[in-house]
Amino acid sequence: MGTAAEKVTAKTGNGRLAALTQWIDERFPLTALWKSQVSEYYAPKNMDFWYYFGSLALFVLVIQILSGIFLTMNFKPSAAEAFNSVEYIMRDVEWGWLIRYIHSTGASAFFIVVYLHMFRAMLYGSYQKPRELLWIFGMLIYFALMAEAFFGYLLPWGNMSYWGAQVIVSLFGAIPYVGDALSEFIRGDYYISDVTLNRFFALHVVAVPFALVFLVIAHLMALHEVGSNNPDGVEIKKVKGPDGIPLDGIPFHPYYTVKDMVGVGVFLIFFSLVVFFAPTMGGYFLEYANFEPANSLQTPPHIAPVWYFTPFYAILRAVPSKGMGAALMGLAVVLFVFLPWLDRSKVKSIRYRGPLFKFFLFSFAISFLALGWLGLQPATPGYTMAARVFSVVYFAFFLLMPWYTSIDKTKPVPTRVTYHAH
Amino acid sequence: MRIDQHKNRILAFVAALVVLPGVSLAAGGGTHLEKANNDVTNKASLQRGARNFVNYCLGCHTAKYVRYNRMAADIGLTEQQMIQNLMFTGDSPHATMTNGIVPADAKRWFGVVPPDLSLIARARGSDYLYTFLKSFYADPSKATGMNNLALPGTAMPHVLWELQGTQEAVWEGTVDAQGNAQKHFKEFKLATPGKLKPEEYDAFVRDTVNFLQYMGEPVQVKRQSLGFVVIAFLVFFTLLAYALKKEYWKDVK
Repeated sequence: MGTAAEKVTAKTGNGRLAALTQWIDERFPLTALWKSQVSEYYAPKNMDFWYYFGSLALFVLVIQILSGIFLTMNFKPSAAEAFNSVEYIMRDVEWGWLIRYIHSTGASAFFIVVYLHMFRAMLYGSYQKPRELLWIFGMLIYFALMAEAFFGYLLPWGNMSYWGAQVIVSLFGAIPYVGDALSEFIRGDYYISDVTLNRFFALHVVAVPFALVFLVIAHLMALHEVGSNNPDGVEIKKVKGPDGIPLDGIPFHPYYTVKDMVGVGVFLIFFSLVVFFAPTMGGYFLEYANFEPANSLQTPPHIAPVWYFTPFYAILRAVPSKGMGAALMGLAVVLFVFLPWLDRSKVKSIRYRGPLFKFFLFSFAISFLALGWLGLQPATPGYTMAARVFSVVYFAFFLLMPWYTSIDKTKPVPTRVTYHAH
Repeated sequence: MRIDQHKNRILAFVAALVVLPGVSLAAGGGTHLEKANNDVTNKASLQRGARNFVNYCLGCHTAKYVRYNRMAADIGLTEQQMIQNLMFTGDSPHATMTNGIVPADAKRWFGVVPPDLSLIARARGSDYLYTFLKSFYADPSKATGMNNLALPGTAMPHVLWELQGTQEAVWEGTVDAQGNAQKHFKEFKLATPGKLKPEEYDAFVRDTVNFLQYMGEPVQVKRQSLGFVVIAFLVFFTLLAYALKKEYWKDVK
């Protein structure tokens, strides 16, 4: 009604909010945290397309936790009930089908954004000094994510869940001396059984998510301590204005919060295309054999892990000896951790790297994708040979890195970031 | 079929964008699969399929996750119509589609317990089921007198023989490089005609497979129609977010 009256209400409203904020700040560093982590955290202004995937990974983590909570309310972690309870969720629980598809699509989406996020770090040298710990926390998140996906995949108790878990757990049997005892310890039984399902449920919904959230917080703390890298690989903290703020930095909020909102929108469009129009993604996100209940007497016609594990699975199959194969598969995953020390280059970003690095990184990316595809195919002699070639290329990227990064012809790095206002 | 084409187009689009290898369909057996060309939005076809299912399948198989009354509502039948036409047991309309066979008996009679069919279309694909139901042929060496090209040695008798008639398989002989005689399937020949003409039988099987596909995921039609609304909203949201981003980033020089 009266504008004057409205203004007065608004003012007292604000006054009350300010008083509340002050009350909290005297007891908890709310404003200080908001400022240091968000509104006065200065990020380089030239972050490009590849920088969406960090915030998207966090977004998918939230999606998985929320959808997971609702699934847990209706899922029954027992060999007799698990498969039935998933179908009960799909058919009888109100919006259960949507929650289940969001969670199953979210698992694949998580790996897509995390792989792109990791590749960004490799493109722009984000793992290099001083971001080694940030990178290691990231890799621990990736390992936890693999464990989370593996435990979660058993829960629907379909036939592919069952045999996939059987194959992966038996890999631990390849470890000398303790292998068999170790796989038995993981299963809690001599074969995949009700006991295994129960403990995988506990690990999937309590233990690993706890570890994931803790590691994500550590990852973000390390990031905000050293500051974000950028496509030029320039340390923006080296050039500060008189106010002590990096000249090439802009406050994370509002600039990157509004920008990441666009990223979330585009991501959700693709995510929803899968959830609503292709939830099985042609058998890649939900495998056809998993619509049959677990059957310990009948293997599916073709056992393959879900697509996000297949690059490593292809390496395992490429090696004739099981023990050696399992060791190389483990190495293929763990080698990422050592990137900060394998890379001897003086420059970070691919923009200023020489042709050798570009060649090796490109070959690595191709072989990662090729191995992923090969891991989904039946192991014919031709495919096995191809997997061997690509495995060699994969390992060459890491093991030859100290050599090719130290002799590579790099370009001079500018002192300021390149940015064109639009 | 319409919905399938649509799905495939979107599927291909998404697959290309998320850098996944090509989309392949579930392989069921070694034979060439015939296209079912069914349409889960066609309620008349689903109703005929439901009739076929309760008359010819439900005697031995179950659909233990499918509730009668939800199914009836989805395929456009009233509860009264459903009770009169589709429910042969004294079950409550809320019950799921089961039968009275004791699994141990079934095992003794057929050698295997007939599988539950709620999810068979999701596990094997509609084209496989369509091909399977059309691939029975006379084979005196089998206990049921019938064999199936899509699932050789199947324990299932040809329950639709009265409708289709009896087919015989015509084989071609070739000799491979090692000089061994090889038998290749050439075609089916209708030895004894059934009650239905071949086109009518195809339509009968198509309706049945359509119903099996519906049962695999009862929400599938609703899921897709809801999808358009969700995507439309997200496009609107993203455009709005983009406009906001542009406005803020004007200051960044």
